[in-house]
Amino acid sequence: MPPITRTFIKTGLLYFVTALLTSLLVAGYTPLGLPVWVAGLSPVYFHLFMVGWVTQLIIGVAYWMFPKYTKAQPRGSDALAWSVYGLLNSGLILRAVAEPVQSMQPTPLWGWMLVLAALLQWVGGVIFVVNTWPRVKER
Amino acid sequence: MPRLSVWMIRTALLHLLLGFTVGALLLANKGISFSPFLWRLLPMHIELLLLGWTVQLALGVAFWILPRFQTARPRAMLAWLAYLLLNLGVVLVAASTLFVALPTLVLWGRIAEISAAVAFALHAWPRVKPPLVV
Repeated sequence: MPPITRTFIKTGLLYFVTALLTSLLVAGYTPLGLPVWVAGLSPVYFHLFMVGWVTQLIIGVAYWMFPKYTKAQPRGSDALAWSVYGLLNSGLILRAVAEPVQSMQPTPLWGWMLVLAALLQWVGGVIFVVNTWPRVKER
Repeated sequence: MPRLSVWMIRTALLHLLLGFTVGALLLANKGISFSPFLWRLLPMHIELLLLGWTVQLALGVAFWILPRFQTARPRAMLAWLAYLLLNLGVVLVAASTLFVALPTLVLWGRIAEISAAVAFALHAWPRVKPPLVV
């Protein structure tokens, strides 16, 4: 299993646990009388789960298993793959912090942090598609 | 990779691109509100990424990887039908966020998606089998 795949999958596993812990907090908001900001964690939970865990697991396994790109570069560009990891995770973590803060006390700074988080994840997604597309082939 | 898997996975990647784009716009709009209209697209974002990307990628890989009968993937037409119905369903449900005057779009979209699930299950069921012991 190449290092990039191991990194994606292990990171995904961390998000898997963190996402479900977040969902536990959200579920406990009413019965445990948790602080108001906890109620705003629902979208954070969904995205830690779907982007952090599910999508990164898919990316890691696809990077490992899909047909070879060329003999010289069997998995396409390693640099692009690492950039996907950096962009996706920095965007997701920034979102996880900025979204509840912005929902509790909106400020231009945290608003623009959300815009940055959106851009980082989007660029990561685009690069993943570009790097993976040529490997989706019959032979 | 068989041809249908190529089609399914490439289509899934396109759904990922579109879904991420809508999602990025929604998140950015949460930060600096520039278009109240964008909130209407949340169901489109969800549909593109859950059904269009995740489910379709899983189906594409399953069609490729599940055990075959010698080299054949029997009843492959059912899998092709699933591909067409799933994408029709996603398009209809996604479009319903833009054409709110047509509330039955979601209904027809879901019918197409359920039909896709049945078709793929009928294709895949016999392929879920233990290895042949000779």
